[in-house]
Amino acid sequence: MTDLSDLLLLLVVLTDFWVLGTTRLSSTIRAAALQGAILAALSVALHPGFSPHILGLGVGTLIVKAFVLPAFLHRAIREASVRREVEPVIGFTASLCVGAIAVALSFAVSQRLPLPESQTALLVPVALATVIVGLIVLTTRNKALTQVVGYLILENGIYVFGLSQAERVPFLVELGVLLDVFVGVFIMGIVVFHINREFDSLSSARLTELRD
Amino acid sequence: MTITQPVTLVSMLLVAPALPGIATRTKSFLTGRRGAPVLQLYADLAKLVRKGVVYSRTTTLVFRVAPVVLTASVLIAALLLPLDGYVSIFGFTGDLVAFAGLLGLGRFAMVLAGLDTGSSFEGMGASREVTVAAFAEPALLLALTVLVLATGSLSLGTMLGAPLAGAWPRAAPSLVLAGGSLFMLLLAENARVPIDDPATHLELTMIHEVMVLDNSGPDLALILYAGAVKFALFGALVVSVLIPRAQFGPWIAAAMLIAGLAVIAIVVGIIEAAMARLRMDRIPHFLVAASALAGFGVILLLR
Repeated sequence: MTDLSDLLLLLVVLTDFWVLGTTRLSSTIRAAALQGAILAALSVALHPGFSPHILGLGVGTLIVKAFVLPAFLHRAIREASVRREVEPVIGFTASLCVGAIAVALSFAVSQRLPLPESQTALLVPVALATVIVGLIVLTTRNKALTQVVGYLILENGIYVFGLSQAERVPFLVELGVLLDVFVGVFIMGIVVFHINREFDSLSSARLTELRD
Repeated sequence: MTITQPVTLVSMLLVAPALPGIATRTKSFLTGRRGAPVLQLYADLAKLVRKGVVYSRTTTLVFRVAPVVLTASVLIAALLLPLDGYVSIFGFTGDLVAFAGLLGLGRFAMVLAGLDTGSSFEGMGASREVTVAAFAEPALLLALTVLVLATGSLSLGTMLGAPLAGAWPRAAPSLVLAGGSLFMLLLAENARVPIDDPATHLELTMIHEVMVLDNSGPDLALILYAGAVKFALFGALVVSVLIPRAQFGPWIAAAMLIAGLAVIAIVVGIIEAAMARLRMDRIPHFLVAASALAGFGVILLLR
């Protein structure tokens, strides 16, 4: 089972790179959805006992992270007709480089962390890398929606970290899923607020057209 | 040296011109057109070899030597790869750097020749070619570093041969990442979509093709042939990394190489049918992604 979970952790890092590298909002959201699905599979793969607790965790993660939130974000870009291209503070090539450095750093740092032994050696570095990538996306992108995706990636990293402790501290992980629901509401608030602020002029322009 | 190595080398050199044809044919099939025959490049080469050469009065010796240097460097690089899956014909410790260097030498000669013509179009093409190369070479060296770390060997002949099959169970993720990175490089180094479009005939949009506008006759034939062999070389690298062939007999391994090259040409054709060319300023982005993939493979092995 460690082979499978290692593979899934690698895929998590690859989706991190994907989020850093894409220029289209819809593609970024798709990457975040894929990452959510990978995390759901990961939570089952890491704990092969098939306890109802872990199974429920996996299914809950799959529904919230891979379907509900991405569907909501997709609806948001469709309804707000946000431009497809995100406008980053630092360029895509540069952010890919920074992401690669972040991955290298997190692999270097995680060897020195005094942590209880986890199931696979990849878990902690991947969690750290995902958190840092989430922070990069959160801080360097201008579009509100991409920032929300960055927040999701950041939260995914924390989730991966929590998975290492899922059997010992089950309540913690369930809190993590609850936090996801909170993120959903949070996203809704941000999206509505930002879109109201950014595209207010656009909708009022349409209104004047109607009046004419 | 056994008989299979020269036979594999010669057969790869013979089938190389068919690969761009297969890619083009796949593309035209998928886009609903008939397309040029698969063996078109052989006909083109035969036609060009029979023609005379025209040299511009601006050009010097550099321009005349470049096609020969390009072809020679690519052919020597082919000697360094273990094409039958076991050992290369001419390998030594550290020949992976020689491999990268030979490909660089060929490109350098072509860039000089492009500048030598004094045409602004070809200067522009040379500048673009060097831009692509500057981003492609770190990725190539990182991908080769993955192979070095996985097999503990510094020679292409051994690291793509038997030790690679032994390294697969331990280092599968890194090797897959290196293979993916090498495939992205194959697209970039051979001027295929999404880096360059081999079908474009507008000087302002071309990268690789625009450099050879002034070449004609046998010189152009050499350049086209060297391009086809380079495509086959990168294809052989990708096939060797992704399928460790040392567990099969040398003849089967050689046949697998040829079949693998055909598959890669088809995949390139599918990509060309499915994707548009990247905008010029996105090309570094694509190649940095290739470097990041290979670099991630290195990090996984350093752990």
